[in-house]
Amino acid sequence: MRAFLILEDGHVFTGKSIGSTREAVSEIVFNTSMTGYLEVLTDPSYAGQAVVMTYPLIGNYGVCREDMESDRLWPDAFVVRELSRLPSNFRSQDTIQNLLREYDIPGIAGIDTRALTKLLREQGAMNGMVTTRENLDLAEILPRLKAYTTGRVVEKVTCGESYVLPGKGPRVALLDLGAKKNIARSLNRRGCQVTVYPADTPAGVILADRPDGIMLSNGPGDPKECPGPIGEIRKLYETDIPIFAICLGHQLLALATGADTYKLKYGHRGGNHPVKDLSTGRVYISSQNHGYAVDTKSLDPGVAVPAFENVNDKTNEGLCYTGKNIFTVQFHPEACPGPGDTGYLFDRFIKMMEVEKHA
Amino acid sequence: MPKNPAIRKVLVIGSGPIVIGQAAEFDYAGTQACRSLREEGVEVVLLNSNPATIMTDKDIADRVYIEPLTVEVVEQLILKERPDSVLPTLGGQAGLNLAMELEEKGFLREQGVRLIGTTSETIRKAEDRLEFKSAMERIGEPVAASLVVENIADGTAFAAKTGYPVVLRPAYTLGGSGGGIARNQPELEEILANGLRLSRVGQVLVERCIAGWKEIEYEVMRDGAGNCITVCNMENIDPVGVHTGDSIVVAPSQTLGDKEYQMLRSSALNIISELNITGGCNVQYALHPESFEYCVIEVNPRVSRSSALASKATGYPIARVAAKIAIGYTLDEIPNAITGQTMASFEPVLDYCVVKLPRLPFDKFISAKRTLTTQMKATGEVMSICDNFEGALMKAVRSLEQHVDSLLSYDFTSLSEEELLRQLERVDDRRIWVISEALRRGVSYERIHEITRIDSWFIDKIAILVEMEESLKDGELTRELLKEAKRMEFPDAVIARLTGKTEEEVRGLRDEYGIVAAYKMVDTCAAEFEAGTPYYYSVFGSENEVFTPKLPARRGTKIETVSRERRKKVLVLGSGPIRIGQGIEFDFCSVHCTWAFSREGYETIIVNNNPETVSTDFDIADKLYFEPLTSEDVENMVRLEKPDGAVVQFGGQTAIKLTKSLMKMGVPILGTSAENVDAAEDRELFDRILETCGIPRPRGYTVYTAGEAKEAAHKLGYPVLVRPSYVLGGQGMQIAIHDRDVDEFMGIINRIAQEHPILVDKYLQGKEIEVDAVCDGEDILIPGIMEHIERAGIHSGDSISVYPARSIGQGVKATIEEYTRKLARALHVTGLINIQFIVVGEEVYVIEVNPRSSRTVPYISKVTGIPIVSLATQVILGKKLKSLGYEPGLQPEADFFAVKMPVFSFEKIRGADIGLGPEMKSTGECLGIAKTFNEALYKAFLGAGIRLPRHKNMIITVRDQDKPEAVEIARRFEALGYNIFATKGTARALMEADISVRLTRKLEQESPNILDLILGHEIDLVIDTPSQGVEHSHDGFIIRRSAIETGVNVLTAIDTARALVTSLENADAEKLELMDIARIRARR
Repeated sequence: MRAFLILEDGHVFTGKSIGSTREAVSEIVFNTSMTGYLEVLTDPSYAGQAVVMTYPLIGNYGVCREDMESDRLWPDAFVVRELSRLPSNFRSQDTIQNLLREYDIPGIAGIDTRALTKLLREQGAMNGMVTTRENLDLAEILPRLKAYTTGRVVEKVTCGESYVLPGKGPRVALLDLGAKKNIARSLNRRGCQVTVYPADTPAGVILADRPDGIMLSNGPGDPKECPGPIGEIRKLYETDIPIFAICLGHQLLALATGADTYKLKYGHRGGNHPVKDLSTGRVYISSQNHGYAVDTKSLDPGVAVPAFENVNDKTNEGLCYTGKNIFTVQFHPEACPGPGDTGYLFDRFIKMMEVEKHA
Repeated sequence: MPKNPAIRKVLVIGSGPIVIGQAAEFDYAGTQACRSLREEGVEVVLLNSNPATIMTDKDIADRVYIEPLTVEVVEQLILKERPDSVLPTLGGQAGLNLAMELEEKGFLREQGVRLIGTTSETIRKAEDRLEFKSAMERIGEPVAASLVVENIADGTAFAAKTGYPVVLRPAYTLGGSGGGIARNQPELEEILANGLRLSRVGQVLVERCIAGWKEIEYEVMRDGAGNCITVCNMENIDPVGVHTGDSIVVAPSQTLGDKEYQMLRSSALNIISELNITGGCNVQYALHPESFEYCVIEVNPRVSRSSALASKATGYPIARVAAKIAIGYTLDEIPNAITGQTMASFEPVLDYCVVKLPRLPFDKFISAKRTLTTQMKATGEVMSICDNFEGALMKAVRSLEQHVDSLLSYDFTSLSEEELLRQLERVDDRRIWVISEALRRGVSYERIHEITRIDSWFIDKIAILVEMEESLKDGELTRELLKEAKRMEFPDAVIARLTGKTEEEVRGLRDEYGIVAAYKMVDTCAAEFEAGTPYYYSVFGSENEVFTPKLPARRGTKIETVSRERRKKVLVLGSGPIRIGQGIEFDFCSVHCTWAFSREGYETIIVNNNPETVSTDFDIADKLYFEPLTSEDVENMVRLEKPDGAVVQFGGQTAIKLTKSLMKMGVPILGTSAENVDAAEDRELFDRILETCGIPRPRGYTVYTAGEAKEAAHKLGYPVLVRPSYVLGGQGMQIAIHDRDVDEFMGIINRIAQEHPILVDKYLQGKEIEVDAVCDGEDILIPGIMEHIERAGIHSGDSISVYPARSIGQGVKATIEEYTRKLARALHVTGLINIQFIVVGEEVYVIEVNPRSSRTVPYISKVTGIPIVSLATQVILGKKLKSLGYEPGLQPEADFFAVKMPVFSFEKIRGADIGLGPEMKSTGECLGIAKTFNEALYKAFLGAGIRLPRHKNMIITVRDQDKPEAVEIARRFEALGYNIFATKGTARALMEADISVRLTRKLEQESPNILDLILGHEIDLVIDTPSQGVEHSHDGFIIRRSAIETGVNVLTAIDTARALVTSLENADAEKLELMDIARIRARR
């Protein structure tokens, strides 16, 4: 069956329908990872967005459900050049085609994803629609596309109630703003007991459990659409409990402490971005998935100073909070997909908790 | 970290002659690195014995030494030039080994010269099997159970413990020389003995066999601050067991999930950090196909063939970045030259698929075993890029130029199913064709996978191509079907064959349906950033983006004054994969031609498919198309670019073959016209021209059948030369002394579809002379006359060539100049012409004329200081030699001698006959240059790796007609203290001349015979001249092969033997005088 991808600027790509034949309107973003399509599809940060994979051959190694970063697929639609007809990997249990159908995610294959990526690069992130409907009336559709916003997606992706991953080490409270499983896993594997809280949990509830450290997770959408969590995070900030935040968590903490965020032209999504640790000068390759960034110009050095920056475009990639046991990063040290080069940050956080505990 | 200011003058060591396992990739890497250093204001002293390289150009380095790569030479050079640093990581294994020896001797420390780009500790850790193993154990990286052994007993004991099969890898050898898989004890003993001998340190690693696991490679970079990135990973379609140089390789990996990908990536970064490498490094893994178990196979702490491939596959210039790191920069300080906006610390991502196929020499070595093993056999490779795997594979196949254009090109239909399955078990260069046939017969993926261990994903892709063949054969050629076939890169010719249409009809349909090629960019970043200097590949069914980049004026060229809009466009056709007979010399010519056009204000476009070469570097031409060199592929590009002209005379036979197609497309051929190229090849036309010019040639006839050939031979009288027209490197050329030879050759020649006639010429045994000249339509310029040491009958590429010619008089030289002028004019040559003559007494005969560039062009340019490619290019553009400041005619001779020595890779090709003849067999060359002929000759032998004496024992066994000369040569060897062994006939001749000789039994006689002598490791040299014609006894062949495989020097021409003894008589390594060829100026 034919499928169409329509961009808000009127570009139409014709391809083949994959997955669900449902119609979807969403923000179209591209990801440059060459492996890890399943991790991308199950990353809650993609809620409210449709993902284009720039690597043309997708599905080659099938689906291994234990690699899912959450319990379901999140993007509104999936856009690829080609889906492999025969996945081949010893762990593969299924095909991407089936998975998309199972979670009712529409998709389109067989389009020129490079041309699409260039449009998004040049004109910035755009909204679009994936549909199998023929005889499209662009005059009717385009205004609808322009009107789309991701809205308050965090509440859709966060967990329903809190749960615990038992461990013998420091006790970490993880605020789930749309957390990838590997954040909790990375801490748990290092011995931490991790308690995961829904995004709307009041600070008081978390603090009442007397955690050794607080982890703010990644998550989807515009950070400014999260006024509730921002207020509670401010309260967490005011304690002396060590905090480590990733991606959306990093942005929310910045907003909670008076800094500003802005939307990048087309964001950073991939597994190849170099970030520089400004305290050591060392450069690491990081996994990234964000459309917003903290504006360094808005920082009050008395509150926070940049700790990491992107080597390519010099945007902020992390903050160190002055006089606090708090550091936050824009990128994803939990990887999955992508390189685990910055996994050492979890060790740093654990050390921080241990020092604080013995202090 | 900024640049280290203490590094001002760097000695860069190149990799020497091209041999299998160490080829053009090092010229590419070295050239890029030298340019990278010089743009930082560093003075570069270059040492490389290979004159065909671009790196040994005065345009590339400040001081250029084409001298043997020996410790003594490097020491002398350091004392002479006083560099503050040595960069050895760009010259492959040869460079690294030299650096190690210098470091171990303490010479570098004594002289206060630092090793940059690596440390001796790093080299040792990566290269010494034991140290490597313990380093890997320290950081918890698994390696296959193994033991380093220095004798056979330890090896068999280890294998008995771990069980067979075991893999053998000698330490410090090129391209896995002497390695292999042993399935049982006799095999182990055989391979191990050979490996121990070939290893520089007499060590061989015996290892648990992991054959059948996936072979995955990572290219990683690390800077002095410890930052590291991976440039790219690659998956070998062939599982572990086939050398990666002979494997079909795809980039990025296709069958690895993110977990496996990241696991190996992290491991590669751990390894490069543990080894403390600053620069590039290649890590090879074996990954268990059904678990996360892996082991590290090997680490190359330097740029390598794989890094050249990774560079071209991603657009990330590894050698350039490695050079910057070597002088102190960190990755985040080095701009990505392709995007101009990102930094070298940004890991490249691909939005396409790359396939590399090896170019194997079995068309040259018909008797050789085609089996692929851990010993590399490929002479070169091709790379293709497409947005789908099927298309990339199809493009790579037709880039090989081995008469293959699809998965139907090798016919296995006559095999029974049983035979076919047996053929599947044989891993050789035709395996994907065998798999295709198996799929056509309905053999299951599981069965094919079981036998070949090739991942089902790849088998399915081959099946998709086979299904397309079926669809084209069965169905109607609808728009959708044609579109899909083109998306998979089926050539029009193949579609035509399968659908029963003509190629023109298919073309017509494509035009009607609007199915045209579009071009996409290689930009290192999957379109995330705009690219400044990308290169292109074709796809079908996508948007074209070729004209979109907004280019500023080009870097490095002085053409800013020329308005971009009005610049004329020239298309330079590259020479495709490196093969015997068409090596990097042609890349040298293509690159220099491109630069010359650029200087003249032209926009330059290169089309080529060889990832190892300088011509496919991203910043050589204004535009690079990484495409197959077939007329359809070139035409697709031509329709888009509409070049004002094309140059074919620099790209070897590959480019010449495209001449007619280009003319049909309406692209003017710049320089000598196609008709005149034809005239030189067409026997009758050419004879007429010679007659008009009054130039004699050996008599000959043009024939088509064996009957005609024999008739011609009788008229001429044996011996005769039999050869196909339109070939390079003497392919298929043979000397026949009997009717049965003619029958046999005609059979071999006609095995390949023969569109062109066959030539039968009288064979004259005289002195062979070669000339390259530039002609501007009126005047000619001959930089110098070259003379071959071996008399006619041995291919010019395999002969030792001397400039200036020593044994011909002024009269003959004048005749040669005169003939050259007449021929160039008669053929209306505009540009280059290469002529080969035979001189018998004072008579000069023409044997071959090639109105194009030749193998000797780089060498003669360098030793005369006359940039003939650049001159030829300017002449092509209408300039006159006189206006370029040159006095026409034969230029004054140099006051030194230059000897070009062929280098062979026989030890790598099991079963190849090493006897020299009219068919070319050498893979590379080196140069000896000195004030005296003897010193130049000595240097050339030294450069070619002939190091005598060790045991002062030699064997002489020559054919009857060589015996008188063998006596004289033996006498001279005897005087040098050699013990001479000889078989009966030769021994008698020597004894009669009072030379003391020990008789050795012939091969068929009982032990100890000649073979035992050779295998006894006490022989330095074998002189064995094969009988002319087809050798019907196998003895000579066995003797020569055994000698080569035992590491003994073997000479098969009496003239070479004479040259060697001359050089030994004058050997004195202490007194070698080194010459900076960058200072050679044309003598006026």
